[in-house]
Amino acid sequence: MTRTGTIVVAGRAEGTALVLAEPLSFWGGIDVETGAIIDHSHPSLGASVTGRILVMPSGRGSSSSASVFAESIRRGTGPLGVLLARADPILTVGAMVAASLYGRDCPIVVCDIAGIADGAGVAIDASADAGDGTVAIRPA
Amino acid sequence: MTLHLTDHDRALLNGEADAAAAFAMQILTGFARSVGAEALLDIAGAHVDGCLYHGAVSLDFVERLLAGGGRVRVPTTLNVGSLDLIHPELVRLDAGERQPRRRLMQAHEALGCQASFTCAPYQTLFRPRFGEQVAWGESNAIVFANSVIGARTNRYGDFIDLCCAITGRAPAYGLHLEEQRRGRVLFRLKGFAPSQVPDDALYVAVGLIIGAASGELVPVIEGLPPPRDEDQLKALGAAAASAGAVGMFHAVAITPEAPTLADAFGGHEPDRIVAITPASVDAVLARLSTVPEGAPIDAICLGTPHFSRGEWDRLLPLLREIRPDRGLPIYVNTSRATLDGLRRDAALAGLEGTGLVPVVDTCTYVTAILRDMDGAVMTNSGKWAHYAPGNIGVSVGFGSLEDCILSAASGRVVRTRT
Repeated sequence: MTRTGTIVVAGRAEGTALVLAEPLSFWGGIDVETGAIIDHSHPSLGASVTGRILVMPSGRGSSSSASVFAESIRRGTGPLGVLLARADPILTVGAMVAASLYGRDCPIVVCDIAGIADGAGVAIDASADAGDGTVAIRPA
Repeated sequence: MTLHLTDHDRALLNGEADAAAAFAMQILTGFARSVGAEALLDIAGAHVDGCLYHGAVSLDFVERLLAGGGRVRVPTTLNVGSLDLIHPELVRLDAGERQPRRRLMQAHEALGCQASFTCAPYQTLFRPRFGEQVAWGESNAIVFANSVIGARTNRYGDFIDLCCAITGRAPAYGLHLEEQRRGRVLFRLKGFAPSQVPDDALYVAVGLIIGAASGELVPVIEGLPPPRDEDQLKALGAAAASAGAVGMFHAVAITPEAPTLADAFGGHEPDRIVAITPASVDAVLARLSTVPEGAPIDAICLGTPHFSRGEWDRLLPLLREIRPDRGLPIYVNTSRATLDGLRRDAALAGLEGTGLVPVVDTCTYVTAILRDMDGAVMTNSGKWAHYAPGNIGVSVGFGSLEDCILSAASGRVVRTRT
């Protein structure tokens, strides 16, 4: 199954989906040293974003999340790519800064996320600078 | 939606000025596209919240701008950092932890930012004017600039506020635009007895309530008693921005864009109406305290946001009158400029032994200042009470400024509000 979405931050990534029912704030929400979700009010408490394709409705919370997200990409504890139902300027800035400073792409695509199952294989091709990217989904 | 850039924007983006401006413009245009802005606009100033250290990326970003010949294009103030550079002994970090935090603050200065290190830049010489477009980080400052002053900023923050300062531009969307500033949710105070002395706690409670119930919509408050001073509106805005995503509020007949209810709503009807009653105020204030009256305390924390001179002028007579002498520290966060003024006036003379510890450049809830925390911390700040339990793992008692000093004298949470 392939769907198209709007490229927010360019790049290519392939991995296993971590689907979050609720938005996650990176600041106060993940342990940047381990990638684990530490927000006690979040339903996915304890899951790790490291090396996953993070799928969630939107971003949430403080602008400090941009720093924490970028720092997680720098450390390699962050996700490989992100699919969002709604664009999030804070995550956009974090991924752009990490790409510029460290050459580590964490593509962000805004698309329909309904029906993507946790554990599904996801390949993001968002290689253009703008316009549409494709998201290929292989069932879990 | 397409982002239209001017020739000047494109020149910066293409590196015709310097590499730093090109880098900042690249990030700024990416941000602008993701918020759906169609253009950038000129800003008159910026307040940058980039001095809190979140890891190597914080410093790498600023060093990249410096290496690229970066220099802010508009007057720019700095928010708090992770250290008190004037009283370095207060912060309990080892040398290896201090070094990048100190460098981060200095590198921002090297970009041409003012060494203000305060979350209340509106109390300084750099206060914006009514109607001025600015790009501010720090949630309480954003609310104050929009609501109390009538300057115009969105809720900026990490990286992007500095990109605005370096380029002198901001995305034309949200609270920069007249039509996005009108009120959407009406909060109506009902059932309060008229009071001659405006109660600080009421402003904190109203802030927490509108913060939690407004979502992304601009709240309008009707029936708020005229505040004693700007500090009560500062406390209201800080609480609102802690409890939610509020970037601006209107208080009818108090804030400059709301002379009347109709002005506040721009002639439209409210999307929703919420009643604020004495019972809802009491309930929200009760939730701020995580310990009961009489619980032992180890410290008092005041000045979140940073204490103004007016707040110091209310605190100092209380300290002289009540004269706490149990050795409990009374930390007061303030700006270095305000502390300089107090020292110049010898206003702190004769307070030895009261426990008073002025803290500048940072804040007691974002860095390792407090020690020996077996007991709770007493504060008069809704913002401090909201964040400190999660940030630094302490229990909190909330009360008025006078309650805080009485608590310092007794070693236990004292609350006189009925």
